[in-house]
Amino acid sequence: MNSALLIIFAFLLFSLYLGLRAKKGKQMDLEQWTVGGRGFGPIIIFILMAGEIYTTFTFLGGSGWAYGKGGPTFYILCYGTLAYVISYWMLPAVWKYAKEHNLMSQSDFFVTKYKSPALGVLVSLVGVIALVPYLVLQLTGLGNIVSEASYGSVSPTLAIWIGVIVVTIYVMVSGIHGSAWTAVVKDSMILVIVLFMGIYLPYHYYGGFQPMFMAIDNAKPGFLALPSKGLSVSWFISTVLLTALGFYMWPHFFAAVYSAKSEKEFRKNSIFLPLYQLVLLFVFFVGFVAVLQVPGLKNGDLSLLRLSKMAFPTWFVGIIGSAGLLTAIVPGSMILMASATLIAKNIYKVFVPSTTDQQVATLAKYLVPIIALVAVFFTLIGGKTIVTLLLMGYSLVTQLFPAFIFSLMKNNFVTKQGAFAGILAGVLTVGLVTVSNITVGTIFPSLPQAVKDLNVGIIALIVNIVIMAIVSLATQGLNVNESNIQHAK
Amino acid sequence: NFRWLAIIPFIFMLCVIPFVNRVTPYVLGMPFILFWIVLSVVVTSIIMGLIYKLDPVNHGGD
Repeated sequence: MNSALLIIFAFLLFSLYLGLRAKKGKQMDLEQWTVGGRGFGPIIIFILMAGEIYTTFTFLGGSGWAYGKGGPTFYILCYGTLAYVISYWMLPAVWKYAKEHNLMSQSDFFVTKYKSPALGVLVSLVGVIALVPYLVLQLTGLGNIVSEASYGSVSPTLAIWIGVIVVTIYVMVSGIHGSAWTAVVKDSMILVIVLFMGIYLPYHYYGGFQPMFMAIDNAKPGFLALPSKGLSVSWFISTVLLTALGFYMWPHFFAAVYSAKSEKEFRKNSIFLPLYQLVLLFVFFVGFVAVLQVPGLKNGDLSLLRLSKMAFPTWFVGIIGSAGLLTAIVPGSMILMASATLIAKNIYKVFVPSTTDQQVATLAKYLVPIIALVAVFFTLIGGKTIVTLLLMGYSLVTQLFPAFIFSLMKNNFVTKQGAFAGILAGVLTVGLVTVSNITVGTIFPSLPQAVKDLNVGIIALIVNIVIMAIVSLATQGLNVNESNIQHAK
Repeated sequence: NFRWLAIIPFIFMLCVIPFVNRVTPYVLGMPFILFWIVLSVVVTSIIMGLIYKLDPVNHGGD
């Protein structure tokens, strides 16, 4: 057993200890388990809200895309920044409404706003369907990290199983408290390691940042800008817009908003989170270093780890692997918890209304290993790259945005039927596009290149909004009649 | 009026990108497009700080 593997397993056990320790002194009812009793202070909320920045998506996927795609990788810095701007007004409104109505899940928000449990079931299904590829992404990353950092002595499959068992145990026991504690360790580690690697490696191999970029531009002219076709400027703009709107629509992220102690924390976070995510630059730099130092990798997601093994001693590779492991475990735990809550509270309870809150909490906990097994299955048969998986998930959750944003308005013209039809139409469009690999260019081959390069998620969003508006206008009278009948009763 | 400041990051990151999509000149050691994006992130942070200051809701107001 090499020193890297020892260090990785030590961190794995430490995160399990932290996850279990987080339960101490707390009665784990549904509110404590899912939203931490709505008592998290500014630091924990900052870390949880920033959790999206440092996942395996950015750690491996960010460097992988810098290695394989070049300039288009910069979209990752933009969408988070714009989402934080939106969050200044959006998250306090969500938090306030959730506190008033004692909401536990994202689906609860839609159920209460539109007074429609059926809409809640649809939102839950969309959420879970989008979260599975997100979880698969984390597990794929986890397998790659441990396998590479252990110099192949642990297979990706074994690493995935060990990681899933650890996460499942601490999610079942401690819920969001376990995620919060390990998130603090994860962010502290990743911050130091990424800054060190992103500065040291360009200087070590090229003598600085500009010499590195100049060498890449000489070897691959235009690689560092957006290409004229494919991942072009119009792809960049549409993808940034789509992912910024979908940023807080992830069920685990949306529900994490409920766990704050006050709404003021979100407004403060919107100032500092854009700067905090600039650390991602250094992840990209590692990927860029690898372009000329580790050429020819079939899987760009491995570029950071392959380069680390070339440049650093075994024990340090173990530290990098441990940080990478935490980037998979923390978001993985949040995803498992959110999925289990959605299924137990917003699907099962709708069909079995006599279920008590205690039974919902118990069911949610026992659903965790089942969802984990489903994710492991898809991970082991999968083959897509990390960023591709995330973009598909984003296209799905963004379909919740139109109905959500209208629900925050004082005079919401969208009816529950309109919201349901819009989300369903959008999700079906995403499904069709994903399965058949359609792009805007294949649907409309004669359109200008800029239109053909648009992210197909935008098409689904337009379909969603049009259907939502038409159905809402057609069912306005229906809802007036319904409320009149209820008043008459 | 302070709310309208929030439109600036969107203009920087969405509308201006076609005009800064180039590698040279290098600024602070970065390709020009990357420098522009980093600048946009920093400007966003400053703007959000300004909005926070100007918004009476953060100082016990309405």
